[in-house]
Amino acid sequence: MSVERALEGVGTFLDDRLHGARGVRVLLRKVFPDHWSFLLGEIILYSFIILLLTGTFLTLWFQPSMTDVIYHGSYIPLRGVRMSEAYASTLNISFDVRGGLLMREIHHWAADLFMAAIMAHMIRVFFTGAYRKPREINWLIGIVLFTLGMFEGLFGYSLPDDLLSGAGLRITEGILQSLPIVGTYLAFFLFGGPFPGHEIIPRLYILHVLVIPGLILALVTVHLFLMFHQKHTQMPGKGRTNTNVVGSPMYPYFMAKTGAFFFFTFAALALAATFAQINPIWLYGPYNPVAMSAGSQPDFYMGALEGSLRMFPAWQWVMFGHTWAFNVFVPALLPLGIIFGGAAIWPFLEQWITGDRSEHHLNDRPRNAPTRTALGIAMITFYGVLWAEGANDIIANHLDISLYLTTWIARVAWLVAPILAYIITKRICLGLQRKDRHLLEHGVETGIIRQLPGGEFIEETRPVDEEALAVLTSRSELPPLPSLEAAEGEVPPPGMRGALGKVRERLYNVVTESVPLPESHGNGHGNGHALEAVGADEHGQGSLPAGTGTEQRGGQDQH
Amino acid sequence: MSDTNSPGQPDSGNSGELSWPEYLTGGESRGAVPPGAQAAEPEGHAAPHRVIGTPPPAVARKLLAADGGGISRETVRELPAEPDDPRRAKRVEKLVAACFLVAGLAGLAFMVFYGTIGVGSITNVLHSNLALGGSMALMFLLLGIGTVLWVRHLMPTVELAEDRHPMAATPQERAAFKETFQEGAEASQFVKRPIIRRSLIAATIPMAVAPIFLLRDMGPLPGTSLDTTVWRKGLRLLVYGTGRPISAAEFNSPGALISVGPEGYLDNDNAMAKAAVSLIKFRPGELVYGPPARPGGPSVRDKVVPNWTVDNIVAYSKICTHLGCPAALYEQTTHRILCPCHQSTFLATEGAKVIFGPATRPLPQLPIGVDSEGYLIATGPFNEPVGPSFWERS
Ligand code: HEM
Ligand code: FES
Repeated sequence: MSVERALEGVGTFLDDRLHGARGVRVLLRKVFPDHWSFLLGEIILYSFIILLLTGTFLTLWFQPSMTDVIYHGSYIPLRGVRMSEAYASTLNISFDVRGGLLMREIHHWAADLFMAAIMAHMIRVFFTGAYRKPREINWLIGIVLFTLGMFEGLFGYSLPDDLLSGAGLRITEGILQSLPIVGTYLAFFLFGGPFPGHEIIPRLYILHVLVIPGLILALVTVHLFLMFHQKHTQMPGKGRTNTNVVGSPMYPYFMAKTGAFFFFTFAALALAATFAQINPIWLYGPYNPVAMSAGSQPDFYMGALEGSLRMFPAWQWVMFGHTWAFNVFVPALLPLGIIFGGAAIWPFLEQWITGDRSEHHLNDRPRNAPTRTALGIAMITFYGVLWAEGANDIIANHLDISLYLTTWIARVAWLVAPILAYIITKRICLGLQRKDRHLLEHGVETGIIRQLPGGEFIEETRPVDEEALAVLTSRSELPPLPSLEAAEGEVPPPGMRGALGKVRERLYNVVTESVPLPESHGNGHGNGHALEAVGADEHGQGSLPAGTGTEQRGGQDQH
Repeated sequence: MSDTNSPGQPDSGNSGELSWPEYLTGGESRGAVPPGAQAAEPEGHAAPHRVIGTPPPAVARKLLAADGGGISRETVRELPAEPDDPRRAKRVEKLVAACFLVAGLAGLAFMVFYGTIGVGSITNVLHSNLALGGSMALMFLLLGIGTVLWVRHLMPTVELAEDRHPMAATPQERAAFKETFQEGAEASQFVKRPIIRRSLIAATIPMAVAPIFLLRDMGPLPGTSLDTTVWRKGLRLLVYGTGRPISAAEFNSPGALISVGPEGYLDNDNAMAKAAVSLIKFRPGELVYGPPARPGGPSVRDKVVPNWTVDNIVAYSKICTHLGCPAALYEQTTHRILCPCHQSTFLATEGAKVIFGPATRPLPQLPIGVDSEGYLIATGPFNEPVGPSFWERS
């Protein structure tokens, strides 16, 4: 009981000063929907927190300095070797600080997990359509976070100043130099003169431990605030509509679950750091501009950039008295530009094409947006080809084929594979939709065979249950294009005229291609069904139009 | 801005009273309660309005009563106090406690290992890493498992539903906002007095540009420094690693490749980043020679420059013309120099011309000769810039 009294005391103290009771009560009961894929975002957050913790530990010993020293530490093979202080201090962390190696490895694994989770999370958000209005801002923040994470990681693994990371810096310098007009200046300003100079490690250090983590932290905060404020999306299911959010309350359920998840993330990283060695810089040796070993690879999230540089043909010309290094700046900027730029404009492009400006809180099942899903898979394939090409020497080695053949395959696959992926994925989605339709029309097969009086055998079916019904019938209904609605001979409304209107109409037909639901379930009434089934109130219905086709059409006329 | 959210907003009546954000001020149920029901209650004490998805029967009954009868919130219980299956809960309780206890022990073990296992040698570090990492992983793993069991089997199953409301404010709210904003703009006189507006804008431009000036001293201007290396006539070629000069007679096994640098610069990373050179020895007849180079003239592409070699020994820049990695791999049988970074491949017998990969230019050839003591020396600088392309290169 005294615990209760103490808590009450603290609560009273705070509420007297902050007026917290009212708001915090609501917060405690805030509903969080459940789905395994919603955990991906949490992995990002927790690996970032682990990066902050382990990174701070590393700063206690790491010396961001390129001053030459002769090594005298515990790692015998390198004793007497000339190296930078940065490299020597990383050896020191690994061999002379208790727990130092563990923390270094957790830090590195956490960086990889961070980036992997960002990718997986982005993929989840894309394929479920969770980026749609009102969440476009968070989608854009996510893309910025991805980019920042790439730079943060690149700068981080450059800090130890080992042979491998030095090559990464050299490539960075080469890419900068290739940029038209400003390139040489940028390279000289970043490196404080010619490569490698003595400035780059201290400069990367402050970017790595302060500037970029600060930006990431700020953006993550805004990201989470927006997620909180707009409430989480949910997957379709019984009782779940576009106007509610169904799940368990933050306190104690979500808190406990997410706490457990933090522990699991930490445990997984500790296990990886214990049993799977990552970045053994003492084997690579200190950086020197003369040596380089075969099979050197950057961290996985830089692989696509690496592959793109490897694959691009040697196109370079001297024009107007200047060198245009297309062979460098195009592969450095274009493919990732297509992916990030494409991802950034897609939500707005989709809105323009479909004319759908309503809010979406109920996620799409990927099959129910065949074009979007196919585009996403095409993009992943595009990225995947570049990524695989980034390790083509290793692939060639393992498969025992010629290195040059792998590059030629990548050069072709870069263009062809995404198109194939698009076509195949769309087919699969439409096929799955047909299967769903079949289920709705004919019910679930029970495995019971019956003989009809006429002697014919049939398999008995039963109608799908409520939960499945809600899932199967969940569709985001799109408003019709104004010009498609306009009767014969009528003048199409503004926005649908001219060439742009034609393009929009074409794209509309592609984007909305779908297998329709059977008559009795059409127009998103499935949600209504499910709602009635659990006796939920109809009150909120219609305040958010999306997902309820007829109402939405009414609202659509406004623009 | 047109918006499909506006029609049919149920909350237009009362939401104007609540300040934003709603969850900090306790308005989570705005709009969900019929206006009539809420009007009777003092602001902020509205009954929470929730729809239960699949509630335990007891709870559902209570909630229905609360909804229907307008009972004050103290009597409403949304979360049941008892687990779904008390017998199972009792068993799992012990398991959870065991997880937490062992996790605590693992944490203790971590500290003991920290104190007892030293570092300072490779084996010690391996042991320490295994002990510390293992105990740490076990601690977190058990904490996680215990917590999950606790949530799954001890906490009663609940599913609550919360209403959503359109993100857009009501037309009234928007109008009020616009009014407030305009009042402020008018009070500031910013709109009415263009001279203030324009002079302020004029002042902010230098303010934004000035910091860029501050960055100017981050590095020297490149000038022509990328065009040249430290190589000059008479500098000896020292073997990288041993630092010793080398004579043509010593370097006599065909197919060999060694890295060399200019005398006096081997430990200078800035110099070596451009001046590193691969020295390759060939059998007679392997090299494909081009016409002799005119002094100072452009190098002859795709052919070895004959008067720049000594006794079938050629010196090529080691710095890849793609992005500057050391082009360090050499395949003796095919005479290919391969850069490990992006696999640009240069044919060593034919002036290091590019035969595959993203590099566009051959590796520049360094003119070499022998000095009076028989050691290899440079007979001049590279006659073109080495390394990656840059804008000013022509
Ligand atoms: C998203 C965030 C971050 C990422 C992706 C990241 C990534 C990395 C990577 C890959 C390394 C190389 C580790 C190795 O040696 O194998 C590194 C090193 C380092 N990081 Fe981070 N890091 C992040 C945040 C931080 C933060 C917040 C700090 C400090 C407050 C920090 C401090 C350091 C230090 C001091 C090193 C060099 C020490 C060493 O290599 O042993 N990092 N980082
Ligand atoms: S740096 Fe040599 S191939 Fe790219």
